[in-house]
Amino acid sequence: MSLLGSRRDVLRLMGVGGVVFASGLAGAAGKKKKSSHDSDFFFLQLSDTHWGYSGVSNPEADVTLQKAVETINGVSARPDFIVFTGDLTHTTDDGAVRRKRMTEFKQIVSQLKIKTQHLMPGEHDASLDAGLAYQENFGATHYTFDHKGVHFIALDNVSDPAGAVGDAQIDWLSADLKKVGRDAPIVVLTHRPLFDLYPQWEWSTKDGAKVVDVLLPHKNVTVFYGHIHQEHHHQTEHIAHHAAKSLVFALPAPGSVPKKAPLPWDAAAPFAGLGYRQVDVEPYDGDMRLTEFPVVKTSV
Amino acid sequence: MRGGIVTPLRRALMAAMMLVALGGIVFSASAPDEPVIEISAKKWEFTPNRIVLHKGAPVILELRSLDRKHGFSSPELGIRVDVIPDKPTRVRLVPAKLGTFAVHCDVFCGEGHEGMDAEIVVVP
Repeated sequence: MSLLGSRRDVLRLMGVGGVVFASGLAGAAGKKKKSSHDSDFFFLQLSDTHWGYSGVSNPEADVTLQKAVETINGVSARPDFIVFTGDLTHTTDDGAVRRKRMTEFKQIVSQLKIKTQHLMPGEHDASLDAGLAYQENFGATHYTFDHKGVHFIALDNVSDPAGAVGDAQIDWLSADLKKVGRDAPIVVLTHRPLFDLYPQWEWSTKDGAKVVDVLLPHKNVTVFYGHIHQEHHHQTEHIAHHAAKSLVFALPAPGSVPKKAPLPWDAAAPFAGLGYRQVDVEPYDGDMRLTEFPVVKTSV
Repeated sequence: MRGGIVTPLRRALMAAMMLVALGGIVFSASAPDEPVIEISAKKWEFTPNRIVLHKGAPVILELRSLDRKHGFSSPELGIRVDVIPDKPTRVRLVPAKLGTFAVHCDVFCGEGHEGMDAEIVVVP
């Protein structure tokens, strides 16, 4: 039994595991020589925490993120790191309030036992000041890092209020990818979808097709994003795109209602539709498994 | 699209074909006597926010921002322009299909951005 299987078995026994979605990094199997760096690992994706939100769609918004932190800290299996795919804070026109919310967000996530955290902005964090407050608090809005044979790329498609990546960042991406083998496993982290999921609701990236064109020559690319506040899976040729749930309120399925609006809070099922995701990665054969978890642990 | 690279030209052709298939809006040179509909944009509303047009009758939409940069976007109709202060943006269109078409601001403009929308109603 692999370590990955063992870990899943533990989670299942604990009763905290959710729906599992398997996503192979197509073409990876058998084409990449295993190296000493290529060991299995897993990370968590948290998204759209919207710290500072107040409204009827989540009357417990002031404690939801803390509850998620408690849930994650209560699981004995530790991920290698956590990624936050944007909208850390809820937007405000007041720059001082924006910075206060970011400070409060940092204080809350500092309680996580997993200290390696990779963050990126959403439009609520960055679109009103071109990412200035975000950079003051969290650093660069786009960057790369490598982990156990996988190349991670965080892309910023929100500092431009029109929701574009921009030619300069696409050039930066192209230059970065020249240093990465065509067979190497690549994970792209971003906030808005890189494909036209539903542009009527701004569920797209203006120049997302250009980004995808740059990524397509690479055989093993998986995109994790947020923004749409629900689990969603899409394929652009061999590139898989996975949207994560929110940690504040859920949104309706793309185009399912005339106007986009948060789904109502269900007092009988608090935090329904909210949660975070675990991603198990096997760099050697390209297997990637997604498991969805609720905000609070529902059973022991 | 497997097996092929989508070039910018091909993408533009596909977009044009989609627009024709939708029977939406046709852009062409304007005539001097065509009616002009003035639309203002400010946080977080368009005025007017309901524009009634007649199918086949060309109009000019003249968009002007009263505060900051906004967007005027209707993917269904193939319209997407920036609306900026001090300089009106003009869009000529000939409605080719009956129906109600949503318009929204697609330049993130603040706390009320998500509700900044309008509709174009095309009647016979």
